[in-house]
Amino acid sequence: MQEHTILDETDIPAVIRRLAAQILERHGDAPLAVVGIRTRGVTLADRLVQELQRHRGDVDRGTLDISLYRDDLDNLAALPHVEGSDISFDIEGARIILCDDVLFTGRTIRAAMNVLLDYGRPERIELAVLADRGHRELPIAATYTGVTVDTRHDDYLRVHFTETDREDRVIHYTPEAS
Amino acid sequence: MNPDSASPPRKDLLTIEDLDREEILAILDTAKPFKDLFTRSVKKVPTLRGKTVLNLFYEPSTRTRTSFEIAAKRLSADVTNFAVSTSSVVKGESILDTIDTLQAMKVDYMIVRHQVSGVPEYIARHTHAAVINAGDGYHAHPTQALLDAFTFQEVFPEMEGKRIVVAGDILHSRVARSVFEVMHKLGVEVGAFGPATLVPDTVPDYVRPLASFDEVLEFNPHVLYLLRLQLERQQANFFPSMREYHRQYGVTAERFHILRERGAWIMHPGPVNRGVELVDDVMTYERTLINTQVENGIATRMAILYHLTPEEQKRSPRKEVTA
Repeated sequence: MQEHTILDETDIPAVIRRLAAQILERHGDAPLAVVGIRTRGVTLADRLVQELQRHRGDVDRGTLDISLYRDDLDNLAALPHVEGSDISFDIEGARIILCDDVLFTGRTIRAAMNVLLDYGRPERIELAVLADRGHRELPIAATYTGVTVDTRHDDYLRVHFTETDREDRVIHYTPEAS
Repeated sequence: MNPDSASPPRKDLLTIEDLDREEILAILDTAKPFKDLFTRSVKKVPTLRGKTVLNLFYEPSTRTRTSFEIAAKRLSADVTNFAVSTSSVVKGESILDTIDTLQAMKVDYMIVRHQVSGVPEYIARHTHAAVINAGDGYHAHPTQALLDAFTFQEVFPEMEGKRIVVAGDILHSRVARSVFEVMHKLGVEVGAFGPATLVPDTVPDYVRPLASFDEVLEFNPHVLYLLRLQLERQQANFFPSMREYHRQYGVTAERFHILRERGAWIMHPGPVNRGVELVDDVMTYERTLINTQVENGIATRMAILYHLTPEEQKRSPRKEVTA
């Protein structure tokens, strides 16, 4: 396994500042809700909110657990631990920025949108990701992308955040060529 | 994505004895997010979409069956009720033949209630479906005990060292056996209060027998758990009369006054015999958890369905049993 650092501890805060700037440019001071997908989408959402609130008023915060909406539960060796979602703002008519660390097949985002729509009817949902590694299996695209990484399907792209992994780093693992 | 749960899949839930403390806590942890779903506009999740849940009740029970039915439907499963009294069972079909039939219908989960102890386990050994014991004879009622533990934990997040007294017809109660076990495993001290004829010698060692209401007060429980007097199962005369039972072992107006002053919580698995296990005022007492237990029953049963994994269906409808 070869490993290659895509973003390091100085890149990641800069990328998040840029994502926040793009969100501000589009939405200004309009009411906004930032929703993270467990686990590392939550960290991305937290950091975006911090950044946004330095330049504008409060934004709503939410957390999604998509375990119960996965389409591959039958094929998993062990059941995912369900922690639950926390959407305490009114979703009717809300503008939502959905956040995840890595965008890959698009299936997680599909599931997350299903969860959100079961709470009500938002005005719109946009998607912010730290890294897009391609290989979509559903017609889904990010509205805000931190970095695009060219990967092969069996590569592994991993995001580390200091909050959960003691470092800020995006790592691209490639199996040894045989 | 790596699922972070490491526990191996469990096929059946038959007794609390089969579960260790960690697994019990894992189920209770999962029940919490399920309960949160009830406040959403859409209370369903697609988790068991395409799966079939079968209610196989050889003994009537509208409440438990309905609770399971709602739980399964909120997980998007298809639910079928196998009405035993009107089915071929009365025509003499054996349990195994019934299982073969149901297996051929590709049932994924079976909820079984039977008046004979051990029948759910027997069925579980012969089917690939996940089997949940919804009450068998005087043996066990594990889903009731888990929902009671969940309700207890909502009030007392730190259960270790708390005290519960189970009062009533312990001899005829599968609920009592399962509640004793689950509370003990979670570190709750357990007392049993009931007519001497109804408290069997077989209660586990960790259960403190309490002979009078004064002893109950001395034990000073955080929760008083009233069992239902099983009027339909009372054949022999274990106690003189219902009025006598109420006077001796029920929550009378006078006892209710003391319990309320002490801030004790009241639980009951339902349905309540008013005037027997408790006086009417208890039903409107702010620390009566009876309706909470009903709501938590759905969340806990959702968590149990989520927790179990049916075996992959083989070609042969009935599972081959070795030994």
